[in-house]
Amino acid sequence: MTAYDAFKSGALVFVAAVVQVSILSQLVVLGGTPDLLLVTLLAVAMMRGALFGAGAGFFAGLIVDTAYLQTLGLTSLLLTLAGYWTGRYGETTGRDRVHAPLLSVAVITILYTASSFALRFILGESSSGRVVFVESLPPSMLLNVLIASVVFAICRRALPSEPTGTPEVRLIG
Amino acid sequence: MAVLGSSAQRPVPASYSSRSGSALRRRLVMGVLVFLSLAMITVYFRESDKGALHDLQDLGAQALRPFEIAAERVASPFQDAYGYFENLFGAKEENARLREELDRLRLQAIQNETAARETESLKELLAFRDGPTFPRDYTYVAARVIATAPTAFEQEVGIAAGANDGIRLNDPVVTRDGLVGQVTKVASSTAKVTLLTDRNSAVSALDLMTEATGLIRHGQARGDTLVLDRVPKDAVVSDGDVIVTAGTQPGSLPSLYPKGIQIGLVTSVGQTDTDLYKQIQVKPFVDFSSVDAVLVLVRREAPPRLP
Repeated sequence: MTAYDAFKSGALVFVAAVVQVSILSQLVVLGGTPDLLLVTLLAVAMMRGALFGAGAGFFAGLIVDTAYLQTLGLTSLLLTLAGYWTGRYGETTGRDRVHAPLLSVAVITILYTASSFALRFILGESSSGRVVFVESLPPSMLLNVLIASVVFAICRRALPSEPTGTPEVRLIG
Repeated sequence: MAVLGSSAQRPVPASYSSRSGSALRRRLVMGVLVFLSLAMITVYFRESDKGALHDLQDLGAQALRPFEIAAERVASPFQDAYGYFENLFGAKEENARLREELDRLRLQAIQNETAARETESLKELLAFRDGPTFPRDYTYVAARVIATAPTAFEQEVGIAAGANDGIRLNDPVVTRDGLVGQVTKVASSTAKVTLLTDRNSAVSALDLMTEATGLIRHGQARGDTLVLDRVPKDAVVSDGDVIVTAGTQPGSLPSLYPKGIQIGLVTSVGQTDTDLYKQIQVKPFVDFSSVDAVLVLVRREAPPRLP
């Protein structure tokens, strides 16, 4: 990981966060909203590993919490975990699998939504489970999967893979 | 998918600093970040609105504001275009919804108007019942007209009351305006009323001014015009005279109708040398095409037996 890599990743996440907060959060398609920031974070984490993913997630969460003026640290915690786990998945087996981006986006969208719902419930910010899980989550997940290919392509171009080293886990099949 | 799949084609797996560091370092950083997040949540939740984290958040929000404005400006044309099409689809849906609502309200307005008319009719009937012209030896059953389509062939209407309500065959039917007809068929909860304008109807009637008696029946002319038949030439009947039911006359058969129910106004009187009786036309007070509610007069005692 170089400083330049960190800068580019930070820039990607920052732009995604600003676009998400300013534009995409108002976009409702079929009852769901695409989460560009989450998908960008997963792409960065998948390509640069768990440590990078966790740091980028923390940074992205701070931006979101600050922009929405919501409980500081809430989104940071969730995105930190999301970035870390996706990074670990990429470091171990996921990075060289074709379905890894779509799978990670779908799974993390579900986990992120459920965790967010649970955490907000603990903090006393109750919302309708039916609206969140039945009406909003399926279209949001679909939208995230749809934008994943474009976002991963952009991130791959911005963060090209480093040519040296050996994989942590070697794929046999 | 081709783009996504391209990662599988890379021959040399990458090496990453997060992976090259020890697992301990990775976990340590992760733990620190999670701890920081939890600490921020706790402090933010417990401190007042003027606490340090809130102030920091305000500063951060102010710093982010220019970027948000810039992003909004860049996205504004696209948002406008999206909003245009969204509104277009929304307008179609709203149009359909408003049309449905309009249909529903129109139906409701019709029902209200109908109910108001029925209420007005029933009020008039009640006024008639409490008035001096209501026959004292009769009681009444108020009923809504549920079938109002008198044709040239069948001058009949159906009413929403029947034998269960005490209605009997041949009971006279009236409105506040005057005589309507008589009950000619009775079911348990409905009844059929043959109107005065039916060719088979005939009512013993008299001129209220001169007491010239005759028989009210439907005339040969089209419409609701009635004729007062069987009036001798020497009887005096004039235009504008009021014709009422004659009731049971001394020395004659008992009438089905009580005396004094108004029928109509004399509109023309004539006679020829060859006719035995005067030719008298009567315009009925009742508008038979718009009868909404009626009173069925039920005799308190047993009805007269017809021969």
